[in-house]
Amino acid sequence: MTAQEIHDIIKAQFSDAVLEVKIEGARDPFIKILPEKIKDVAQFVRDHAQMKFDYLMCLSGVDYKGKLGVVYHLYSLTHGHKIVLKVEVSTDTPNVPSVESIWKSANWHEREAFDLFGIHFEGHSDLRRILLPDDWEGHPLRKDYEVPEFYNGMKVPY
Amino acid sequence: MIKTTLDIARTSTGKSLRTEEMVVNMGPQHPSTHGVLRLEVVLDGEIVVDVIPHIGYLHRCFEKHCEHMTSYQQVIPYVDRMDYVAAMTNEMAYVVAAEKLLKIEVPERVHYIRIIMAELQRIASHLIAIGTFGIDMGAFTPFLYYFRDREKILDLFEMTCGARLLYNYMWIGGLSHDLPPQFVEKAKQFCVDFKKTMKEVNDLLNYNEIFIKRTANVGVLPKDLAINYACSGPMLRASGVDFDLRRDDPYTLYNKFEWNVIVGKGEVGVVGDVWNRNMVRQNEMWESVRIIEQALATLPEGDVKKAIPKRIRPTPGDAYGRVEGPRGELGFYIVAEDSVTPFRIKARAPAFVNLSVINEISKGAMLADLVAIIGSIDIVLGEVDR
Repeated sequence: MTAQEIHDIIKAQFSDAVLEVKIEGARDPFIKILPEKIKDVAQFVRDHAQMKFDYLMCLSGVDYKGKLGVVYHLYSLTHGHKIVLKVEVSTDTPNVPSVESIWKSANWHEREAFDLFGIHFEGHSDLRRILLPDDWEGHPLRKDYEVPEFYNGMKVPY
Repeated sequence: MIKTTLDIARTSTGKSLRTEEMVVNMGPQHPSTHGVLRLEVVLDGEIVVDVIPHIGYLHRCFEKHCEHMTSYQQVIPYVDRMDYVAAMTNEMAYVVAAEKLLKIEVPERVHYIRIIMAELQRIASHLIAIGTFGIDMGAFTPFLYYFRDREKILDLFEMTCGARLLYNYMWIGGLSHDLPPQFVEKAKQFCVDFKKTMKEVNDLLNYNEIFIKRTANVGVLPKDLAINYACSGPMLRASGVDFDLRRDDPYTLYNKFEWNVIVGKGEVGVVGDVWNRNMVRQNEMWESVRIIEQALATLPEGDVKKAIPKRIRPTPGDAYGRVEGPRGELGFYIVAEDSVTPFRIKARAPAFVNLSVINEISKGAMLADLVAIIGSIDIVLGEVDR
């Protein structure tokens, strides 16, 4: 299935949730989804017989300077096609519904995005820091992050 | 449905044997965790009730470092240090992603050399995986045999790029330099020798009765769960999913060669158990040798570098490139702004994703089997923690 056909099916089902689409000229064609709807769209594309996106390759957080984004790289083992879904939220209220109940692999990826970007995944079963210590302050991959002088009495910049 | 040890213990006496639960911390410094991994294990007697992995002890801010590079090329040595037992494949994944971002095609000879290097690296990595797994199971001798063979691969890498562990050999648009003279003969000789010793070790470890008793029917990962957890590599194929990126999402010229995708068949134990995961790795090495032999025989002449600008400045956008590493799908998601520095790089490490399934497959196993399960996932903590 081509990216255009996938987009058409999603658009037909969720006409108000599709914000932007880029297929021509994109290295990986993507569809930008309204953040509140991402869980419904994810459920839909996984269960739809023609799409069957059963494999979440990668879930990445991105800081677009002023906005935070989550990028979902999906693949279908059944049909062998791919699509990228993106959502964007404001830095002040970075709330995105969790897709952990749809793809279990999202669990750790979402924890990582929470840890490094401070994106809050609503409905996640265990949203804790994963790579950094539990008492670390701030989210280091944000573009406005400033390295603290001390961590537990140890000097940080070397 | 397979009965867990807990089920058997409960039904054999006719009443519940449930005792008070106890929390045991395994790691971060524990020989069987293959690095600095800490598992918080909830035990009921000797039976595992729950496993909570704690990672991050080796976190070196790889992704943060990348944003502070002065060029895309500079990321490559950092990529090496992610999965330090398969550095060639890491480089390959990164350059595949970067070349996709830049929309450049590399010369044919580069593809061939990359395939040879990646497959040699796969053998080297699997040799460590199986060797150390043998140690976990109490078999020390195969480890020595496997490391003897791995040493020959490292010698080949050393004569190619001067380094034995962290290579910085694959560059964006090509390779740092061509193969040295005599590489082809030595690599051919290696294939011949390796096939001989491989058989020897296969008989020594994989069909050993004690080894089978320790590994068969342990830590079974069902097919649908493996897909839902996005497991990849030998972990996914051992569960009976016929999927290999080299064949199904070609990123280089693998379909020019004749080789098979190895899938767990359950000839011992059941599909998806620890024994099958180990066996998939063992058999994959044969296929890698086949690919290397064909690539060496048909290695084309030509340039090993494509002329690309010194200061790489991709047009804004993003790309996700993935390759089949020894542990599974290794992907890099690169976001480019109008700059010579990467805006964001996310590494999708296969071991990170594969490890997340450990809780599901260890419930109801014995504590000693948990060691087998960790060994069979083949984690490299440098890659899990990045």
